[in-house]
Amino acid sequence: MAVKMHILVCGGTGCISSQSDRLAEALKEALAKRGLAEEVKVVLSGCFGFCEQGPIVKVAPDNTFYVKVTPEDADEIVAEHILKGRKVTRLLYKDPKTAHEVSDSKHMDFYKKQMRIALRNCGFIDPENVNEYIARDGYEALGKVLTSMKPQDVIAEVKKSGLRGRGGGGFPTGLKWEIASRFSADQKYVICNADEGDPGAFMDRSILEGDPHSVIEAMAICGYAIGATKGMVYIRAEYPLAVKRLQKAIEDAREVGLLGKDILGSGFDFDVELRYGAGAFVCGEETALIQSLEGNRGEPVSKPPFPAERGFYGKPSNVNNVETFACVPPIILKGADWFASIGTEKSKGTKVFALAGKVNNVGLVEVPMGITLREVIYDIGGGIRDGRKFKAVQTGGPSGGCLTEKHLDTPIDFDNLLEAGSMMGSGGMIVMDEDNCMVSVAKFYLEFTVEESCGKCTPCRVGNRRMLEMLDKICQGKATRDDLNRLRELALIIKDTSLCGLGQTAPNPVLSTLDNFFDEYLAHVEEKRCPAGKCKDLVRYVIDPEKCKGCTLCAKVCPADAISGKVREPHVIDQDKCVKCGACYTACKFGAISRS
Amino acid sequence: MSNKIKSLDELRKIKQSVKEGTELREKGQEIDKMIEVKVSMATCGIASGAREVMAEMIEEAKRRGLNNVVFTQSGCMGFCHSEPTIMIVRPGEEPVLYGNVKGTERIKEIFDHVIEKGEMVDGMIPTSYRTSHE
Repeated sequence: MAVKMHILVCGGTGCISSQSDRLAEALKEALAKRGLAEEVKVVLSGCFGFCEQGPIVKVAPDNTFYVKVTPEDADEIVAEHILKGRKVTRLLYKDPKTAHEVSDSKHMDFYKKQMRIALRNCGFIDPENVNEYIARDGYEALGKVLTSMKPQDVIAEVKKSGLRGRGGGGFPTGLKWEIASRFSADQKYVICNADEGDPGAFMDRSILEGDPHSVIEAMAICGYAIGATKGMVYIRAEYPLAVKRLQKAIEDAREVGLLGKDILGSGFDFDVELRYGAGAFVCGEETALIQSLEGNRGEPVSKPPFPAERGFYGKPSNVNNVETFACVPPIILKGADWFASIGTEKSKGTKVFALAGKVNNVGLVEVPMGITLREVIYDIGGGIRDGRKFKAVQTGGPSGGCLTEKHLDTPIDFDNLLEAGSMMGSGGMIVMDEDNCMVSVAKFYLEFTVEESCGKCTPCRVGNRRMLEMLDKICQGKATRDDLNRLRELALIIKDTSLCGLGQTAPNPVLSTLDNFFDEYLAHVEEKRCPAGKCKDLVRYVIDPEKCKGCTLCAKVCPADAISGKVREPHVIDQDKCVKCGACYTACKFGAISRS
Repeated sequence: MSNKIKSLDELRKIKQSVKEGTELREKGQEIDKMIEVKVSMATCGIASGAREVMAEMIEEAKRRGLNNVVFTQSGCMGFCHSEPTIMIVRPGEEPVLYGNVKGTERIKEIFDHVIEKGEMVDGMIPTSYRTSHE
């Protein structure tokens, strides 16, 4: 019988951790049991981006989108939807705005405003099957380049497209290739930076897991353009599934001759190797990455010479990030003008963001440059969770900064974000509501950079630690106005004097919160008060004797036995014993406990 | 596939031969621009051979080289007297329902006229209801 349906099961790390691999097996069993195995194909695909609602199951061609599916649901899906054409309503996605089920992905706000270039095959093809990639124009761009373009034409095309590095810096990719092509050597290298380090960002992992061949193809195109025959992927060993799929993709590509000697009869040789990183944030910086690739400590070295001149083993090397590479094949096939027609004046194409925090729809989204934060947060993200008020959005991870309500309508691109005091970074986007304390947010990111500083230069190693101590002091209510001034001064010095990008950008979260939320810092310092109620040392829980009914519930939930009082009489919190966990505050049914 | 791909032409040939593997998904993405044939798969439909009809129609579309037709299933359409029932939705047009779609001749007729030319044939089920979604 003819194949009438495909059931796509998300095989990304997120969904597999909630047993989507078992779910795929259960679906196959249920299909076999009903004699449908020949009519329906089950495909373990890459990430759909809607990770929070995983495991995701999508049915083609009717686009039904099931969320939070467990292996136990497999039988019902097959018996109802696949056999009898009735969608399983309870597994459909519910729109947070209307509280109605949405029948298919075409009607989901999460997908409507997205435009997928880098993620074009994620959640669509089976990443472990090279044929499915080929069916989606895979390796056609490499073929076009090898048979009908000169290396300088390729570089010109990428330059014209306006593609800029997606890893954080935003350096023009075509220009980078051009510089690397100018240096001649017996061996040159194409290096793929898959050391995704920003907390919360996982687009590179999803691309490698969902569409590994796109990166391999782009590396070969880059190799042809700059005159390199070897490619290295520096990938963190913490991404076992990405490593496995990439490894398989490399082997498959070699087997069919899309990697190796004389690719497509053009005389061009290219091969790719993997190198594992131990997951150090600093190794995302290209010189530190190259040090680590060579087997040395992952410490940055000063530039120039740039890697394009002396990189891996002293040979000319070109380093690009995973998402940047994934954009290259469509640029070659559809043309630079097509790509340049998307986006803003100086930022072309699309960008993948890892949308997280207090939004309804958490996940991976790819949007055209120039979209506003409001559209991303309220349309795609479905608004702030639990109807709370938006406060800020953090972009760019530990190197970025916080944007506030006044930036909501700013078109997102590299330059606008910089101007607003943040940065694109690798595309982390963490949304915060009124319950987030901005001083604590700055502290969180600084803790990360202090931990990840390689220790080579003093401003970063010592300066960031001193900054963190000051933030601690502020959160404990022990700081003065002077400390705020010193904090800013130190931040600016670290920015100016650090050796590499890690140190130069580490003070950004502090500076941008100082700029945008100075009143919150002041409240901590002068009033010894945390407006969001997050800084434990500054919070006081008090029971209002007027409202307290003496139900004893608070005393029961208090883990520190700090609440005393008789039944039906007002209770009292012993401030010396209170650990400020907030359990009583949540438990009280009469709103008698106040937090200040 | 253990043979090496030796040229761009060979790659394109392979692409043609493997395209079918992901075709259903491609059609799903473009479903708004496709002629959608919904087959009613209620118990009465299945008992009257809806599954076989759907498979036959998929084969027929393939034989005719029609790339703009996509087949989906639906639950009970409520026309148990005329099963198997199909609903044909041409982009931008009102859906049309046909009953008793069974047998090579009937399927051929529907393809010749309704699907390929947008004409009407006998056996149409008139519908005048609206659903709560409209």
